[in-house]
Amino acid sequence: MPKGIIYAVLVIALILAGAFSVGLGAVSIPVPEVFALLLHKAGIRNIANVNEQHQVIIFIVRMPRLLLAILVGAALGISGASIQGIFRNPLAEPGLVGISAGASLMAVAVIGLETTFLAGLSNVLGYYLLAFAAFAGAGITAFIIYQLSRHDGKPNVATMLLAGIAINALAGALTGLITYLSSEQQLRNITFWMLGSLGGATWQTVTTLTPFVMIPVLLLPRSGKALNAFSLGEIQADYLGLNVNRIKRNVILLSTMAIGSAVSLTGIINFVGLLVPHIVRMVIGVDNKHVLPASALTGALMMVVADIISRTIIAPIELPIGVITALIGAPVFLYILVRDKRKLSI
Amino acid sequence: MLTVKNISYQIGPHKLVKDISFSIKPGELIAILGSNGAGKSSLLKLLAGTYKPNEGTIHFNGQPLSKYSALELAKMRAVLSQQNVVSLPFNVQEIVMMGRYPHFNNHPSAHDHSIVNTVMEATGVLSLAGRSYLTLSGGEQQRAQLSRALAQIWENEHALLLMDEPVSGMDILYQQQTLAILKAMTQKKFMVISVLHDMNLASQYADRIIMLKNGRKWYDGTAAEVLNPKSVYEIFEIESDTFTNPTTLKQIIMPREIIYDNNKPPLST
Repeated sequence: MPKGIIYAVLVIALILAGAFSVGLGAVSIPVPEVFALLLHKAGIRNIANVNEQHQVIIFIVRMPRLLLAILVGAALGISGASIQGIFRNPLAEPGLVGISAGASLMAVAVIGLETTFLAGLSNVLGYYLLAFAAFAGAGITAFIIYQLSRHDGKPNVATMLLAGIAINALAGALTGLITYLSSEQQLRNITFWMLGSLGGATWQTVTTLTPFVMIPVLLLPRSGKALNAFSLGEIQADYLGLNVNRIKRNVILLSTMAIGSAVSLTGIINFVGLLVPHIVRMVIGVDNKHVLPASALTGALMMVVADIISRTIIAPIELPIGVITALIGAPVFLYILVRDKRKLSI
Repeated sequence: MLTVKNISYQIGPHKLVKDISFSIKPGELIAILGSNGAGKSSLLKLLAGTYKPNEGTIHFNGQPLSKYSALELAKMRAVLSQQNVVSLPFNVQEIVMMGRYPHFNNHPSAHDHSIVNTVMEATGVLSLAGRSYLTLSGGEQQRAQLSRALAQIWENEHALLLMDEPVSGMDILYQQQTLAILKAMTQKKFMVISVLHDMNLASQYADRIIMLKNGRKWYDGTAAEVLNPKSVYEIFEIESDTFTNPTTLKQIIMPREIIYDNNKPPLST
């Protein structure tokens, strides 16, 4: 299938799913009206009798949530694909190897410290601080795991996954420690996003997250060729004239920037970063020049759909979105393990 | 032209390469022989530019090797390692195209495509072009990797091809075919340096043989000059007999079997 058609299908599906998602809820708004209101708001085609209530619901309540889902999905998808490329390992997923846990630990630490040391910070700055701290946590963990999982310059799957377990446990314990030391208000903030939820979406979270996600989404595909060469091994990539260390640093920095900031605003959402690149490779092939941008699009689409499911499956109660992604993702992870059993043996 | 002068290399207290000098002309195929730990792979990494010699100099086509940027070097020298694990199911054509990566930015030109095709034809993997690398046999994988290395330097006269045991684990037909391809490449004025385990392959195909022991160069010359029971014993510590193939006049080396004393079995302590 031509690549252009695949991209077009993804974009159209994302727009339709987005419109459907925005219309969905206690007050149901049909998809055509959603588009009409959007065009009206953008000043492209004015409509005479605007339903004020619908307009408020869409633009104040549901639109930020949709955009947050898209941003977080794109972040999870593209960083999943990049991390798999740089670790030379199709099982390297930010959640499994502890990168997300590192991000959440730093975010919890910031929330824990916020009222005591950072009381003066305004709300807006607080979000940025949270995103930066989580980015740092993700970046540091990624470098640690990368170093731990290599032996004689070659990656070792078993060590990587075991190191991931250890880091997850350590970060979990430290997060627990901080929650014990937290006040009631902080505790509420911490538990709120530890569930992995899009419920906290506001225009503020969306604008905070946008640069953290869009910069990696625009820049990472430029490393596609280099990541292809990486699949031959670091030494071979070096023989092909690539600056291996610079590429490694850039890709890890950009992908942890996306993943860390996403985690800081929605909590840990597992398996999307694993699932999306696998699906994409089945359709578009393994060339990272296409896998990376297509993973961003597919990740966004998957999050929007998962969000729709989480809001409708036991409506009016909303299921944490992490539950949905784990329900789909964990069996797929098991499937890959069984399929590649021989290759992964220790 | 590659000229190596008195190079030494050490990691910590371990001297891996000691005072080695030699040079190779365009169109020449040199085989490097030596037992495990003799410094073959280290020497190859020094020639590739991965390791920097602690002492001595390496000149490559008129310039010190260290003066080349990674990208310049990538267009003039290719390296084929012994083990080539690919982490994603790229197809053969995509693997070979990676050899052209130093030559284009985002999209391969028609010219890159035609080189990839020519190389795959030369190495006999054209029929495998669309196959996933992970489904190939060991010999086919190695030939795909060889194609990638050749594609990398295909049009550069006086390019250098370095190989670390390129035929280990291959069946005999593939071994002979691979060396024959390399020999043919020297007609294109490539310089080929290959670490080999098999002395007879070296004798058949190499213009010159360099024998290493304990990081030093012990012998350097044609098969007829350097392959004899004495040198083989010095390098590999095995008794052997050498013959001359009556039709090709090439040296043949037959290791003698080792017979242990039955009263003192070697495997008991």
